[in-house]
Amino acid sequence: MNTKILGAFAAVALLAACANQNAAQTGSGATAATSGPVPGSQEDLVANVGDRIFYDFNQSIVRPDGKTTLDKQAAWLAKYPSVNVQVAGNCDDRGTEEYNLALGQRRANAAASYLKAQGVAAARISTISYGKDRPTAMGDNEQAWAQNRNAITSVR
Amino acid sequence: MIELPAPMIGRRGLIAGAAGSAALLAAAERTPVYAQSVAPPATGGGTGAKSAVIDVTRARAEPIPVAIPDFGGDSQLGRDIAGVISADLARCGLFRVIPSSSFVQSGPSDAGAPNFANWRGTGTQALVTGRAEAQGGGNVRVEFRLWDVLPQTQIQGTAYTTTQANWRRISHIIADVIYERLLGEKGYFDTRIVYISATGPRDRRTKRLAIMDQDSQNNRFLTDGSWLVLTPRFHPTRDEIAFMSYANNRPRVYLFNLGSGRQTVLGDFAGMTFAPRFSPDGGSVVMAVADGSGSDIVSVDLGSRASRRLTNSGAIDVSPCYSPDGSQIVFASDRGGDQQIYVMGAGGGGARRISFGSGRYATPVWSPRGDLIAFTRYGGDTANFSIGVMRPDGSGERILSEGWLVEGPTFAPNGRVLMFWRETRAGDARGSGFSSRLVSIDITGFNEQVVPTPTDASDPAWSPLSA
Repeated sequence: MNTKILGAFAAVALLAACANQNAAQTGSGATAATSGPVPGSQEDLVANVGDRIFYDFNQSIVRPDGKTTLDKQAAWLAKYPSVNVQVAGNCDDRGTEEYNLALGQRRANAAASYLKAQGVAAARISTISYGKDRPTAMGDNEQAWAQNRNAITSVR
Repeated sequence: MIELPAPMIGRRGLIAGAAGSAALLAAAERTPVYAQSVAPPATGGGTGAKSAVIDVTRARAEPIPVAIPDFGGDSQLGRDIAGVISADLARCGLFRVIPSSSFVQSGPSDAGAPNFANWRGTGTQALVTGRAEAQGGGNVRVEFRLWDVLPQTQIQGTAYTTTQANWRRISHIIADVIYERLLGEKGYFDTRIVYISATGPRDRRTKRLAIMDQDSQNNRFLTDGSWLVLTPRFHPTRDEIAFMSYANNRPRVYLFNLGSGRQTVLGDFAGMTFAPRFSPDGGSVVMAVADGSGSDIVSVDLGSRASRRLTNSGAIDVSPCYSPDGSQIVFASDRGGDQQIYVMGAGGGGARRISFGSGRYATPVWSPRGDLIAFTRYGGDTANFSIGVMRPDGSGERILSEGWLVEGPTFAPNGRVLMFWRETRAGDARGSGFSSRLVSIDITGFNEQVVPTPTDASDPAWSPLSA
């Protein structure tokens, strides 16, 4: 499980590097001057903290790897006290729409509760469930489903 | 002879206007249909007072041979009407429509009694004849007669007057009359399907509320896709839909009045509300609300808007549906671990589990006839999903259809046909090969057919039959 997360981070880092390289190559110096995303932004959260945690099939218990990510999110949120976030719970599509709406809400709640327990003010966190309607991965195999069972934190 | 109510007011009302966050994209005016009975012609013989010619069980094994020559009068309209009636009867699987190439006498049907000998020779058991004639003021008069060929009797004769734009609806009404007179139970052709239309890549789907006739005609989009929408359901008597919308990123159940286009949030809940269904009397909605650790079943009175919590288990209680007499509610819950189907009193309490087969059970929906509960089943000893039915006490479980993903059955108003949706498995990481289609099937498990839609589709809900 941990290796998959690392893989995702590596991919994000790689993309960011490419973007910077392209900017440098095309000579658009103005944008290239800012190295990396704006601190406290969604891009910053994605690139330097991790915006999502993953769940096991039909579960809403935050796994140890998820807690590691949420700890970093809580620290990041402490650093940027004016930033509010929404936590969206998602499911793979090996369940029914209506059940998954409730399961996605459970996942969002579990992640939000963990953040609150780490000291993030409840008023800064909202939750929503998309059930199986907002998959990240479009395939139909275990690898895709594992990516789609998540709670995604986004800056509001 | 069956007397259709006269005047028969178009239950679809006026569809126009827009309100709220989602705009109506199409408008169509519905006007009343007036019916009157037609006496059999002097040479026709027979009393017309006759019960069903054949029962459904026999028809399933041996579809009724029926001939529907083009109606006389206005030739284009006469051909179109006969075509819609033929398509309705053929699609339901209980009739065999005799092709016109085997007719002994060609041309449209004429007034008066048919030459029964000519029809007997084609193997026709039931013959439909009629005339369609334009009247003043854009109106049209459609007359039809249903004949039992062997005893040479008229079973039914009815004339309808309406605006020309209503000709499809008249055709469906006639097909329903034929179905009822020959099979002894009400038809379902003069009905509509509300569903969710989906377009775009799988990770950025645009979903719109859509409505069409049961034969896929007159498709219209009711929302513009700005917000995710899910799980529409028809009101039992009013031209109204309950559905879930993510408008303003607040996922809630809304009521959508199809006449005015007005949308209103149902109830005032802190958490997400979803999975609505109207009570059989149309006076309330039962739905799920996620404001605790799982989700609970609540009912909301549509008059007072007062709500009542019917479960409070801490589990995921979801997908509630009333029994047709309104006394009980069937729902899905994972209170025992895996998701299973439970039945409780309409006021809550006394829930008892009724599903005990392999896997998880979901989306229970009670047949309008009261005799069956349809469901989605998945997991257990198969990777596939299936659609099945069981009796309300959980006995007699039968699986009707199975596939990679089949979900969300809805009953035709006569309880005879189920519609659900089927998704195909994506073949790669880009989602290639994925599709989502509406499918109908007879509750005996035969005559499974794709229901055509202009886009990918899911979440079908069958309308009631017109009053």
